[in-house]
Amino acid sequence: MQDLKALYEAVLSGDAKASKELTEQALAAGVSPLALVNDYMVPAMDEVGKRFECNEYFVPELLISARAMKASLELIRPLLTASGAKPLAKVAIGTVKGDLHDIGKNLVAAMLEGGGFEVLDLGVNVAPEQFVNAVREKGATVVAMSALLTTTMPSMKSTIEALKTAGVRDKVKVIIGGAPITQKYADEIGADGYSESAPGAVTLTKKQIAA
Amino acid sequence: MANLISDLLGTGPVVTDGAWGTELQVRGLLSGDIPDLWNLTRPDLVGEVAHAYVEAGSRVILTNTFGANRLRLDAHGAAGQVEEINRRGVDISKSAAGNRAQVFASMGPSGKLLMSGETTVAELTTGFAEQAQALADGGADAIVIETMSDLDEAKAALAAAKATGLPVVACMVFDAGKDKDRTMMGATPEVVARELTAAGADVIGANCGVGIERYVPVCQRLRAATDRPIWIKANAGLPVMEGGRVVYRTTPEEFARHVPALWAAGASFIGGCCGTSPAFIRAVCTKLPGR
Repeated sequence: MQDLKALYEAVLSGDAKASKELTEQALAAGVSPLALVNDYMVPAMDEVGKRFECNEYFVPELLISARAMKASLELIRPLLTASGAKPLAKVAIGTVKGDLHDIGKNLVAAMLEGGGFEVLDLGVNVAPEQFVNAVREKGATVVAMSALLTTTMPSMKSTIEALKTAGVRDKVKVIIGGAPITQKYADEIGADGYSESAPGAVTLTKKQIAA
Repeated sequence: MANLISDLLGTGPVVTDGAWGTELQVRGLLSGDIPDLWNLTRPDLVGEVAHAYVEAGSRVILTNTFGANRLRLDAHGAAGQVEEINRRGVDISKSAAGNRAQVFASMGPSGKLLMSGETTVAELTTGFAEQAQALADGGADAIVIETMSDLDEAKAALAAAKATGLPVVACMVFDAGKDKDRTMMGATPEVVARELTAAGADVIGANCGVGIERYVPVCQRLRAATDRPIWIKANAGLPVMEGGRVVYRTTPEEFARHVPALWAAGASFIGGCCGTSPAFIRAVCTKLPGR
């Protein structure tokens, strides 16, 4: 069997075909699915995040790495589910009410999926009640909100209010992001966290669910 | 074809306009509303914005057609109105401009990412061609492709706009990387200038971004990498929330203070993007020669 380091490299370089094949081979050879994820794929995505932070990687590299990770995860996830392992958490993600921009949100969704989360994409122009429903009815434990427009930032606050009114605020972690968003704003509206980049959102979400 | 551009520049730098979206919001456009639809439903208010820029000294004004491509309008059930919205947009700006300003019609991005398979070059090309033709038929003097993050999408729009025979300005957003000097996809000003020049843009530029001071070095680098005139429309800095309200802290005077540096860096067309207003354009005019 090939060195599994190749799987790490495949995810890092965004080679979905190689990533998938190497995963198939490793599984056939009896390597534990969880070990594949934790020892090779997650570290590769962490490295992708680091390279993004230091300007070696940009959005195209993020997307292709997330795609490679996803190709492997599609093989692995059924096995993990069968063995009783659960996804890290279910994240309900959406661009807030009044805002129709979906590129940033899609990027974070792809990175979160690549990071091992189950992602419930609510789309754009998502009303507070839709986020509440995703928590109440679909069991999301993380709410991730995106806004590109300064004028729609207040929708983040009203969503947090709606979660409170519905009595589910303490059941979820709320994270926010988007061009005009700052840590200060996150603090101001009582969000649990803020990330300025898509890879950062994965680190943030992991930290939040561990907290 | 590009005579219009050289004629305009014959008398020195050209002041363009400022933001439209934020100006329409001042007049009652709600977040989540499609600004472009106002060309049909509130042409009077759209005309007010255009007129305010002409009065402020803009020699080039844009049109309220930034999002009027099929890919964007489709999401709101308005794809059938592409032609009407674009033609009306040009009409409104032309009436406001009279013989005092030229109308450069605005084409923005599709809002979809090519790379993640949300759209294809063919779909983009069809959508942009339809919009560009409507703008040309409406009588636009030139077309401006703006706020592009992806060079491939910008090139699809550029090809579609060029097919109309009008002069075309192509500009992208530089707001990524630690120095905020790359496009979202990682392209440098040099790569952007070279590729858009090769693809036939008549004017090359940068708009939106994170503030005017950051666009001075970007402008220099674009200037050094192409023989085409440079177009810069920067934001009024990044907005902040104050007591639940969105505020752009940069004042017209602070913004205009960077204008001489932009001109020295090689910008030929200078205006503003998000958060700027007619007051910004008046301030910009005072900083340039011959005004």
